[in-house]
Amino acid sequence: MELSAFELLSALFILVLAAVVGYEVVSKVPTMLHTPLMSGANAVHGVIVVGAMLVAASAEGPVRIVLALLGVILGTINVVGGFVVTDRMLEMFKRRPGDQPGER
Amino acid sequence: MDTLQVLTYLVWLVASVTFIIALKFLASPKTARTGNLLGAAGMALVVAWTFFTSPGMLENWWIVIVGGAVGSVAGFLGAKRVAMTAMPQMVAIFNGAGGGAAAVVAIAEYLEFADHGDGLLPLPFVIATLLGAVIGSVALTGSVVAFGKLQGIVTSRPYMLPGQQMITGAMFLALFVIGVYIVGFENSIPLFLVFCVIALAAGVVLTMPIGGADMPVVVSLLNSYTGIAVAASGFVLGNYALLIAGTLVGASGAILTQLMTKAMNRSLFNVLFAGFGTGGGAVAAGAEGEEQLREINAEDVAVLMAYGKRVIIVPGYGMAVAQAQGPVRELMDLLIAKGVDVQFAIHPVAGRMPGHMNVLLAEANVPYDRLKEMDEINDDFADTDVALVIGANDVVNPSAREEGSPISGMPILNVDAAQNIVVLKRGRGTGFAGIPNPLFSNEKTAMLFGDAKPSIEALVAGVKQA
Repeated sequence: MELSAFELLSALFILVLAAVVGYEVVSKVPTMLHTPLMSGANAVHGVIVVGAMLVAASAEGPVRIVLALLGVILGTINVVGGFVVTDRMLEMFKRRPGDQPGER
Repeated sequence: MDTLQVLTYLVWLVASVTFIIALKFLASPKTARTGNLLGAAGMALVVAWTFFTSPGMLENWWIVIVGGAVGSVAGFLGAKRVAMTAMPQMVAIFNGAGGGAAAVVAIAEYLEFADHGDGLLPLPFVIATLLGAVIGSVALTGSVVAFGKLQGIVTSRPYMLPGQQMITGAMFLALFVIGVYIVGFENSIPLFLVFCVIALAAGVVLTMPIGGADMPVVVSLLNSYTGIAVAASGFVLGNYALLIAGTLVGASGAILTQLMTKAMNRSLFNVLFAGFGTGGGAVAAGAEGEEQLREINAEDVAVLMAYGKRVIIVPGYGMAVAQAQGPVRELMDLLIAKGVDVQFAIHPVAGRMPGHMNVLLAEANVPYDRLKEMDEINDDFADTDVALVIGANDVVNPSAREEGSPISGMPILNVDAAQNIVVLKRGRGTGFAGIPNPLFSNEKTAMLFGDAKPSIEALVAGVKQA
């Protein structure tokens, strides 16, 4: 397995630039959006499910198949649950003042 | 590089951009929901692309279909069914799932490498794999403990093991030594597994000593950790979508954590290692204060408010637990109809998460412009007839202004400056942080004991008659 200096440097560039973007993007956030933002970011790192899928694609033998399956399940919970629960939180901000409260 | 590979890189680029825009949009109320949907669309794209283009999928497609179906159902039902009060726990558990997935992927990667077996592996790969395994594992068990603490399954009090520092130190030393050995000397699957087990235990040991009131900060930090673990995986797999998304979340999560600790006027170090709320001296003072509490009935509070000029409502976790936001809005409407100026004072860490109160009050259709942040409203308390504290405790505790309390230095709402203070409280116990509150024994303060929802409903009835 070889890793060229170019590949290593590309990865480093991406890492640093993405970190700067991440820092900039959330620097000015009103307090009331902290929880939805955390939840949204939580859903975004659910992209690990793609990593688990790649493990699944090359899985051979029972150990790796079980690992892949576990990874896909956990990753999917992260993605689906993360986006859905964030949407539910944000749904509440949508209704305009003056609307009638919904039946509960 | 063939066409498929080029397209794959472009798909990663598109997905990365949607993630960035999603986070950007989530920072403003107007665009937040669109942002979230956009992020979900980017995710769907990269997941679908990976599924349909990865060579091995022809044979192993069922793993993804079965795992995806199970995960989708569990995630969807969990997210849809959870009560809004339990949201923080839910975020913790979803984060734990992500951390667990990152750890599992790291383990699979390591097994893959170790099988190739010809001597040592490329250094950056092994380091990144170990990092992914250790950080993902800590995020997994740490999140589970945070979930337990928020849910009340695990004690919300700080829990220290005997010899906590020794154990923590020994764990870090062991992780470091095993890590160096694997990186520099020998591939060993058993050692790697021991490494993972220690990391899993470390997540528990590091989270248990942190008090329940600080869990939001911990969840945010663990969220950031999972991001870093995902980035490490992305590096090992050569997948830029993972690398970028993971780094984005790692960085933004770190900043968010910083913002939260700043709102509590504490450092992250202080949150993680202070063993918050364990001071013995302060507890004795509480026993003394309890006898001086003045009780009041709902009718009197209703009259006090209905004939006042200005009322400030201070919501806290008690309102969330009791699901009292609906009746609170009704109370607000009635008071406004009687010509009373009603505002809400929202402490940055009221409830279990920043923004928790805003979400609940928005759910009950309380207009945004009545929700005031701490700095905006703190000077208005002196000019207020009634400050109605609904199940908030630590965020209105004046002992934060003095030295020697575990919450010393935390900015608080100046509720004690109001003409009359009414505190709705479930029982006589101390708050979530376990610290006695001199506000309750203040001579201007009256206590209305009971679950917040029936209490507010009694106030609503009282105001109607007043």
